Amino acid sequence: MTTSTLDTTAIVTGTEPGSRAARKKRPVSRRPGAKKTAGDWVVLGFAILIGLLIAAPILLILLNSFKSPSDYASNGPLSVPQSLYTDGIVAFWERVDFPVKLWNSIFISGVVALGAVAISVLNAFALGIGRVKGRTWIVVLILLANMLPQEVLLYPLYFMFKEVGLYDNTWSVIIIFIVIQSAFGTYLLASVYGTFPKEVLEAAALDGAGKWRILTSVVFPISRPTLSVLLIFFFIWTWNEFLIPLTFLVSNANQTVPVAIASLQGDRLMDVTTTSASALLGLIPTLVFFLIFQRTLTRGITAGAVK
Amino acid sequence: MTTLTPAPPKRRPGSESLIPGTRSRTFWVYLIPGLALLTLVIIVPLVWNVYLTFTSYRGIRPPEWIGLENWEKLAGDATFWTSFANSIAMILAMVVVPTLLGLVLAAVLFDLVGRKFGGKLASFFRATYYLPQILPAVIAAIVIGWILRPQDGALNTILESVGLGGLAHNWLGSPDTALVSLMVILVWVQIGYPVVIFMAALQRVDPELYEAAELDGANWFQRFQAITVSIIRPEIFVVVLTGTIAALKVFGPVYTLTRGGPGDSTIVPAYYAYSEFFQSQQVGYGATIATALTIVIAIVSVVFIIVQRRLEKQEEAR
Repeated sequence: MTTSTLDTTAIVTGTEPGSRAARKKRPVSRRPGAKKTAGDWVVLGFAILIGLLIAAPILLILLNSFKSPSDYASNGPLSVPQSLYTDGIVAFWERVDFPVKLWNSIFISGVVALGAVAISVLNAFALGIGRVKGRTWIVVLILLANMLPQEVLLYPLYFMFKEVGLYDNTWSVIIIFIVIQSAFGTYLLASVYGTFPKEVLEAAALDGAGKWRILTSVVFPISRPTLSVLLIFFFIWTWNEFLIPLTFLVSNANQTVPVAIASLQGDRLMDVTTTSASALLGLIPTLVFFLIFQRTLTRGITAGAVK
Repeated sequence: MTTLTPAPPKRRPGSESLIPGTRSRTFWVYLIPGLALLTLVIIVPLVWNVYLTFTSYRGIRPPEWIGLENWEKLAGDATFWTSFANSIAMILAMVVVPTLLGLVLAAVLFDLVGRKFGGKLASFFRATYYLPQILPAVIAAIVIGWILRPQDGALNTILESVGLGGLAHNWLGSPDTALVSLMVILVWVQIGYPVVIFMAALQRVDPELYEAAELDGANWFQRFQAITVSIIRPEIFVVVLTGTIAALKVFGPVYTLTRGGPGDSTIVPAYYAYSEFFQSQQVGYGATIATALTIVIAIVSVVFIIVQRRLEKQEEAR
């Protein structure tokens, strides 16, 4: 697992802008304003073009969610809405009872993120710092949870949860995803904790702190930046899950945002702009997280780097 | 358990923890909650699912043992083989194209845009490219599915308005274009992932290396090959491996957009297993498909890791 440390660190630090760079001082030569050739401008144009292509579908949805179907029919998808038409959004909002779905998603993702971080910390403490025997194999076993196609779990879990009365209950999904997300967390944290500064642990042990105290008042606070990154990842990954919420949360009142929106697609009552509005409602929460997420991550990582 | 004077370090590898004076095996208690949950949610269902592959089971009466019948049926099932052939198309769309394109884009943003036009601009591009990645896969599918609607979809409407109405098409509804349309959607979803990871990896590269190479007369492509690709090879492995696993498991977009159709043209193993479970109620057979997919994923992962180890050893030997 020696090489994996590096890889997973890259994954976790990958999504926030320039965090690792903050650690090193940027050499002067990388300042903008070096001489630009015509070729450079062509390449910049290429980067802009790709960016436009990638953003275009989202912009189209934004543009057309505020149009009436007749406006769309006569002026096409590229025109600016003639008047701000919100009936599509309102209709869809009421039809899926959006606030309920939003709360379900927030609740499930939030509890999963917290639970999975807790389990990851406990596992990683035993594996990375405790160095229990056979730890490599334990990590491989735990990683199974992440690699399996979720289809293999569906039927057995369906019966197990039905037996204990948790079928069609948000807690069934919460328990499943705590296990699945903590698999990645354990994998990552175990290698992070494996390189935990030994002097800090020694000093704590000399002061008479027991294992639990070392975990809660030394290891946990020092690794908090990494944990907050994991927390955000787990939240968003759980929010985006589809198959298991689709099969385990059958009643309307328990559905998550993606499931509720997906199950209404192709419905006869969904006209062209209402469908666009439904996609918009699915986009907005994740776009909001994206904005919050970028800032938190940058702060989290730089705080860890300064230490 | 904690002593003021730590015990003299024992030289038995694996028995000593990083905390002086504590034995490794006393840490097992911290693994109990995690391993208990893992057993309950992953291991028991996995074994149970393997058992179901040897049964005929329609979800109501108890499973009936039929030996290898499901596996024999699987070997001769044309739909199953189609679903795996489509998995190769998914790998092309979610791994091959995004990785190649991602390498070029990351290098362009890092080596050129970042250097000549400023890091802020490069970060902005990166965020834009990453946008589809943060959407739930099904929402991303709905967004593109909306654009590809057959009668009044944006793409067809735009084609008509510029006089190319002849090209308008039922993109997701006709067998000749459904798979390709799905692939385009997945490229769009996936492209940000390699760009972000590769750009993070490039932070390791010493910019002076590029400048030295530039002074020595290396052109952009030579620098790209000799510096960029060789330094970020570990990340390329991670992206290819995780992407391949994701491509083999893809379900949400297929479910939302095509349900495997028209015919079997976009069926993938995960969706095939799902439809056997919940539409045909052939639970034993669905379990067999899911188990076969698990085996393929396991083999792919092991092969990848072995190849990676080999390459690393070669590197060290050099």
